[in-house]
Amino acid sequence: MDTLNLNEPTSGPSTSRRAFLKGGGLLLGFALLDGTTTSVFAANAAQVTEDDVKAPFAPNGFIRIDPKGTVTLVMPMVEMGQGTYTSLAMLLAEELEVDLDQVQVQHAPPNDALYANSILHIQSTGLSSSVRAFWTPLRQAGAVGRTLLIAAAAKEWSVEPATCKAAHGVVTDGSGSKHLSYGELAEAASKLPVPAADSVKLKDPKDFTLIGTPAKRVDAPMKVDGRAIYGIDTKLPGMKVAAIAISPVFGGKVKAVDEKAALAMKGVHQVVKIDEAVAVVADHLGAAKKGLEAAAIEWDDGPHATVNSADIIKELEEKSKQPGAVARNEGDAEKALGSAAQRIDAIYQVPFLAHATMEPMNCTVHMQKDSCDIWVGTQVPTLTQMVLAGVTGFPKEAIRIHNHLLGGGFGRRLEPDGTVLAVKIAQQVDGPVKVVWSREEDIQHDMYRPYYYDRMSAGLGADGKPIAWTHRIAGSSIFARYIPQAFVNGLDPDAVEGAAEPPYALPNIHVDYVQVEPPGVPTAFWRGVGPTHNVFVVESFMDELAHAAKQDPVAYRKALLANNPRALGVLTLAAEKAGWGTPLPEGQGRGVSVAFIFGSYVAQVAEVEVGPDGAVKVNRIVCGLDCGMSVNPDTIEAQIEGGSIFGLTAALHGAITIKDGRVEQSNFDNYLPMRIDEVPVIETHLIKSLEAPGGIGEVPTSIVSAAVTNAIFAATGKRVRTLPVDPEMLKSSS
Amino acid sequence: MLSRRLSARVNSAFPPAPATLEEAMAYSLKINGTAHSVDVDDDTPLLWVIRDVLGMTGTKFGCGAALCGACTVHIDGVATRSCITTVDSVGDSAITTIEAIGETPQGAALQKAWLDLEVVQCGYCQSGQLMSAAALLKETPKPTDEDINSAMSGNVCRCGTYQRIRAAIKQAAEA
Repeated sequence: MDTLNLNEPTSGPSTSRRAFLKGGGLLLGFALLDGTTTSVFAANAAQVTEDDVKAPFAPNGFIRIDPKGTVTLVMPMVEMGQGTYTSLAMLLAEELEVDLDQVQVQHAPPNDALYANSILHIQSTGLSSSVRAFWTPLRQAGAVGRTLLIAAAAKEWSVEPATCKAAHGVVTDGSGSKHLSYGELAEAASKLPVPAADSVKLKDPKDFTLIGTPAKRVDAPMKVDGRAIYGIDTKLPGMKVAAIAISPVFGGKVKAVDEKAALAMKGVHQVVKIDEAVAVVADHLGAAKKGLEAAAIEWDDGPHATVNSADIIKELEEKSKQPGAVARNEGDAEKALGSAAQRIDAIYQVPFLAHATMEPMNCTVHMQKDSCDIWVGTQVPTLTQMVLAGVTGFPKEAIRIHNHLLGGGFGRRLEPDGTVLAVKIAQQVDGPVKVVWSREEDIQHDMYRPYYYDRMSAGLGADGKPIAWTHRIAGSSIFARYIPQAFVNGLDPDAVEGAAEPPYALPNIHVDYVQVEPPGVPTAFWRGVGPTHNVFVVESFMDELAHAAKQDPVAYRKALLANNPRALGVLTLAAEKAGWGTPLPEGQGRGVSVAFIFGSYVAQVAEVEVGPDGAVKVNRIVCGLDCGMSVNPDTIEAQIEGGSIFGLTAALHGAITIKDGRVEQSNFDNYLPMRIDEVPVIETHLIKSLEAPGGIGEVPTSIVSAAVTNAIFAATGKRVRTLPVDPEMLKSSS
Repeated sequence: MLSRRLSARVNSAFPPAPATLEEAMAYSLKINGTAHSVDVDDDTPLLWVIRDVLGMTGTKFGCGAALCGACTVHIDGVATRSCITTVDSVGDSAITTIEAIGETPQGAALQKAWLDLEVVQCGYCQSGQLMSAAALLKETPKPTDEDINSAMSGNVCRCGTYQRIRAAIKQAAEA
């Protein structure tokens, strides 16, 4: 049986006065109240309305056990490859005492009142938060459910609940002779008083039978035979498809379109003009693309036609000379710099980056008189709904979002821009229309990881240890646009994450941030967010300090991590497994990096080889990881492998550059992804831990670049301070 | 680098069918053993015929330029990028898509290995990965690492599942 049933939404909107999950049985709702306490609600599913549960309960999700014994987890988080549908189902199954294949996972419809992420407070999948947010509530909900089902069986048999046992979805009495399945018990259980969530006993981790095992992904079978349905696979009766061209210059507008030529193409039905884009609506994308080409669009380039990368960088360079909003200030870094035995200064830069998800941006819209339906894969269903309410003038409830599996997210699908464009187009189209971006549009109208320009200074004492550390970050603020309420006094907490709190003992530290917005270029979260830039800078600079102090990079870091045992643990593990200190052939080198990010401790050692032509080949990555309790160790390894490659791709190849207001890159021939013939062997070594789980999806992406550039330094003596790595700079003669 | 990839993987094995003067000609395509008649322009990429006209969505769109391999199908058993293969070039060749690859011994062995080793993450590129791998194993039942690099480096995976793809191909080759 497929344990994913994703094609039908679990409920429609506007159901506040009707039962919001179809069918009877036991309904469990759960809400994380203050980070540690969960409130669990239980009732008969046929009788619960949205109004009953949403206030003051503010649930994070729901579980239903139907009379057939099927357990349905209405999943507030989206699956974009990170394995969330499996790991969250495991948390529930462990405590509920059912097998993983008894749990059916369904996409939640958009509803912040019912499905908010307890870390992010809206229904959003990001910040490597899923397991962290649901670790306690889902297990407690499972334990409450199990307690109720056991109580229902005990009542039926007139025995003490403590004499009964639950396993594999069946309750058995003390003698082992009587059995009742969860399906048989669900109705009776829904009528019993609900125990407080903190009164039910959670399993001792040593008794876990599922958590910590490499359980099979629930979404894998449908992804190997073409059955998995992503937003781009939407099919509806009468649906047309549209190809779209957006003004190549950011902020430009449509000036002229040869509609007649476009309409002359076979299969083309309509040309739609909106301010910033043209769409050609046709029977199939082959015809739509031909129509778009024939339309020979002329653009009014608008105010950004002269924007280019060099000017953006120049402005960053200038503005970063001025002090910024202080993220951290301890001791007196300026004074300590003045008295240091040795002073080191460096400038680091990282480029704009596109997300380039394999599934290009797309969205299907059916506009109706008073409402609309949206088929899309999004990390933010409720935010999308809210933004569309503004675009359409419809109440939120009239915007029905049918969410899908995501063909990659990486932060791109935290933005509703593509859905907004599709809706503006669909407002002029009769019937459903699927708008699909070309790869070129997808890369040239992404919202980009900001270009950051960082100024670093450190002072070393006579023993070589840092006595002063200053770090100034200049770049676009995503928070100022996306979460303005958290952008306080000019400080973007994301832009400084991973910089304000390095894992080391640094006695005098000053970290500040200068907001500099690139004209016209939209910026957004990108896998690894703040840390993916800051860990590169901090760990590269730490390597510079070790070199300046004439000390081994691992030993130098260890001395600064004496009071941080978990960071020390992963560093020691990675170094040992990588054979740190053992000789390598000429032209090869090892580099290390370590960080505490997204609630996890991580260290990597990279082995690279640099050819005489400057070509960099990464041969091996060894990762030491302490992410607390592992839910699914195989998924964690998969994330380390994939996330490292995502970060490596950026470090070695990734750069979006702007010329004349346009993005210069367009497809996978000039925005290069890593391919199978380039990737290193990646080994993951997990530290067994009973600490609460940390995040994982963005951890390897953030840690890998510094390990690689530090290895390049070890191999060549050349310090890479600007990404991506430039082979020209590494040529033997240079 | 690009030319190496293109030359190795683009469907040069399929000469275009003779040009026709008939404007509204319907093409008959043999896909997964079933004949389909489609009425589209002769230069329509096979990808859009498969996905939009025939509604078979397992074959994916990724780049439109034979740079990522997400759209890979088999034409007479050879891995072919359907996004740049025009419908008039196919003739009466047999087209196989991801929906039917499990019916071949290589396809079935690969799907099993993909599940055994938990290759997929977002999964979007995996149809194309499996189609390229199935063609490789048919041609080269015991591929070396170099064979795998050469057959698979036209397929992009942004989730970075390459290490497991390599291991799964080797496992399927041993099956």
